[in-house]
Amino acid sequence: MTERVVVDPITRIEGHLRIEAETAADGTITSAFSSGTMVRGIELILKGRDPREAWAFAQRICGVCTLVHGIASVRSVENALNYPIPPNAQLIRNLMIGAQYVHDHVMHFYHLHALDWVDVVSALSADPAATSTLAQSISAWPKSSPGYFADVQKRLKTFVEQGQLGIFAGGYWGHPEYKLPAEANLMAVAHYLEALDWQRNVVQIHTIFGGKNPHPNFAVGGAPSPISNDGGGVSATALNVTGLQEIKAVIDRMKTFVEQVYLPDTLAIASFYKDWFARGEGIGNFMTYGDFPSAGMDDPASWLIPSGVILNRDLSNILPVDMNDPSEIQEFVSHSYYDYAAGKGAGLHPYAGETAFAYDGPKPPFDQLNVEQGYSWLKSPRWKGHAVEVGPLARVLMLYAKGHAPTVELANSALKQLDLPLTAMFSTMGRTAARTLESKIVVDQMQGWYDALVANIKAGDVAVHSEAKWDPATWPAKAQGVGFMEAPRGALGHWIVIEDGKIANYQAVVPSTWNAGPRDATGQAGPYEAALADRHTLHDPKQPLEILRTIHSFDPCIACAVHVVNPAGEELMQVKVS
Amino acid sequence: MPDTGQDRPTLGDSLAARGISRRSLLKYAGYLAGLMALPPMASRAMAEALAGAGRQSVIWLSFQECTGCVESLTRSFSPTIEDMIFNLISLDYSETLMAASGTAAEEARLAAMEANKGKFILVVDGSVSTRDDGIYSTNAGKTNLAVLKETAAEAAAVISVGTCAAFGGIPAARPNPTGAVPVSEIVTDKPVVNISGCPPIPDAIAGTIAYFITFGKLPELDHLNRPRAFFGDSIHDRCYRRPYYDKGLFAKSFDDEGARNGWCLYEVGCKGPVTYNACATLKWNGGVSFPIQSGHGCLGCSEPGFWDQGGFYKPLSASVMGNNAVLGGAAAAGLVAGAASVAMARRRRAAAMAAASKPGETK
Repeated sequence: MTERVVVDPITRIEGHLRIEAETAADGTITSAFSSGTMVRGIELILKGRDPREAWAFAQRICGVCTLVHGIASVRSVENALNYPIPPNAQLIRNLMIGAQYVHDHVMHFYHLHALDWVDVVSALSADPAATSTLAQSISAWPKSSPGYFADVQKRLKTFVEQGQLGIFAGGYWGHPEYKLPAEANLMAVAHYLEALDWQRNVVQIHTIFGGKNPHPNFAVGGAPSPISNDGGGVSATALNVTGLQEIKAVIDRMKTFVEQVYLPDTLAIASFYKDWFARGEGIGNFMTYGDFPSAGMDDPASWLIPSGVILNRDLSNILPVDMNDPSEIQEFVSHSYYDYAAGKGAGLHPYAGETAFAYDGPKPPFDQLNVEQGYSWLKSPRWKGHAVEVGPLARVLMLYAKGHAPTVELANSALKQLDLPLTAMFSTMGRTAARTLESKIVVDQMQGWYDALVANIKAGDVAVHSEAKWDPATWPAKAQGVGFMEAPRGALGHWIVIEDGKIANYQAVVPSTWNAGPRDATGQAGPYEAALADRHTLHDPKQPLEILRTIHSFDPCIACAVHVVNPAGEELMQVKVS
Repeated sequence: MPDTGQDRPTLGDSLAARGISRRSLLKYAGYLAGLMALPPMASRAMAEALAGAGRQSVIWLSFQECTGCVESLTRSFSPTIEDMIFNLISLDYSETLMAASGTAAEEARLAAMEANKGKFILVVDGSVSTRDDGIYSTNAGKTNLAVLKETAAEAAAVISVGTCAAFGGIPAARPNPTGAVPVSEIVTDKPVVNISGCPPIPDAIAGTIAYFITFGKLPELDHLNRPRAFFGDSIHDRCYRRPYYDKGLFAKSFDDEGARNGWCLYEVGCKGPVTYNACATLKWNGGVSFPIQSGHGCLGCSEPGFWDQGGFYKPLSASVMGNNAVLGGAAAAGLVAGAASVAMARRRRAAAMAAASKPGETK
């Protein structure tokens, strides 16, 4: 077996991910393998339950992109039952999804990804006055005085001098691939702390509508957050005058932070890492399902983010996606720890999805995976046989290709500032920058959704939930449907089969499965694996910073990506430990 | 020793060196002491302990989880996550937040275990897969089962954060495909504190850690090993909608007049009467709201086996409401104290866990 560079755990992500990379003598990665190392079996747990409760189970797939599986789940049931929801519920969902995007993207940038680009130790030697000059040259953000940065630096210095480095222990500080000047590092550390403070308020949008965050509440048929009735007293429910004003205040705060901190920081940091706009492309195929409807999920023309597939970087030819066509979206298990009744080489559409645990990996503790056989708890989803990338880059490219004016303008202006062509987006840093750009695009929409909600309430429309099909007695004996959304990490679909009021089959195909899945039957690599094999040379295999940069650019969410369904119902367990 | 109320130089000095204002720390200690119903003297002891030499080492292991528990902690308002990790604790291992990956991450865990042998707090989120020797969840090529045993052996205390680590949670829901168990089934030679909830309220996580730092012991626990300070009251008893329950005014659906008036959600399935947690008092995310205030019934997420208890939208039956055998457990634990009650609590806990994990009992 070839000796590989093994990175396990990949930290600063959601979930449990292992990367193994084969390198040439000079450290260049020749091939890479992505392995999800944890499975719970949530889809199996869903079977036989009340479809109206599925959202609560599905939501626990992930607590980072909390909300997304709840939304996809209620949409799948509504799609299966042809159950329309009130316009206010649609606006509430848009606001909650929007808050999730911006919260998730900012936290990913500062708390999960930044330490790949920002050398915390170098910030100790920064000149606070020069840091202030730098900060003020790129943004009007008020926290930018020399004294402010001196205080942050002092706090950091005290922390380091105590000798207990905590979460910063063992970081690759001083690695020559860190290129930021000390002042940019100090500015980023300050914003790391500010973003922690800022994000606490952002989630309050979820708390007002959904009662808490993580894991806010949802309801099939609308939103479970009634608008407070004057007759019940002003505080009858959280969605009252005060709650609405708080939502407005949070939206303003989100917008300011994105415009004055996140966007300028991304461009400033990216300008020192332009070589990372030239590696880590991955597959060159992109897919979106679409989201943010203004007139319901049944009217694609009303979606902010359109649906489609881009193959081989060809933005001039957007191909349609049919989520119900059994020949389009399929999952393969050739290199996964599962088996299919029709054999390991088969590809199954989610409605007919099946999974039986069939672990054939090495017996723990182990040093290296056997990549000739199964090596991941993730499956390999394919669209018409193609591996495709999903996520912020796919969405920004789709919006750009469709001529969405704000996107075109924003992307062109960012690229102009960095003096880069559009093709630079097909890269590790392009993926990271796309996440920032779409945060701006989404946050700009939120005020409109809020205004529309308030206008409806003023006009006397306070309905947030429809009772029309709440009672299972109104349902057909058999129904099936797909609920989809654009989660922060990409296209997400839940397929549900309902029989006699119960879940007969449930399948989630999630963004990180598209991106992080292993090779398929034909040996075609998934996007993570392909991206790592695109012009990465490890300076020091013991400090695989380059691997972290590209993997983090996808924002992995591995608990989401691993799943299992077993339509036959019986437990199929085959364990072969090699 | 009587407290003169004068500043002790050590406290101020040590705080200044750490870049924390004395006022903010005292404020937090006071808040925490109030929250946990501690005597007034405790707040200064707490502040001093929190400001003591060296930050408490915490190793946080994540197993079969969704990261919602770590995310919840990042939303803590008092203390904030940045105050916690920079001023109060040394978070020596956390896959979600730590800079190091791969080998360097494993080395950080081992180094912290070595340097703080017998002294570090082990926090776990997520259940532990036991089927087929635990192959369903590995890290660094090792099973969670092996890493838990190895790490817990050297820990001063173990805190299970979230319902998965505390009671098995969703991975252990029927039919429990991976043989998921709570931490307390694996770690049996030392006390395991359960901070349940899906996710838990961050103040409960932070407060329990701060209590341990201050007093060098665990806070008073209920029959399910949850800190009484946070899990002593049912949601129902503290709910602002309780007067409507008493008057018999109930919402019949999510969006009827009763729902808009803030009437009791009992008839749309609220599990507040059988759920012990602080949601109705502390509320969520800076006190903005909690599930019932936002119109959805309580799911019962801090109780063992809540996923399999018969439906989130089915009202608790009248017989359950009037049945002391069901409600009596936690209520009785609130009344009794002393050694005899510990044994009783243990038996009750075993019974509660067994009932919760019995597959098929969903009626």
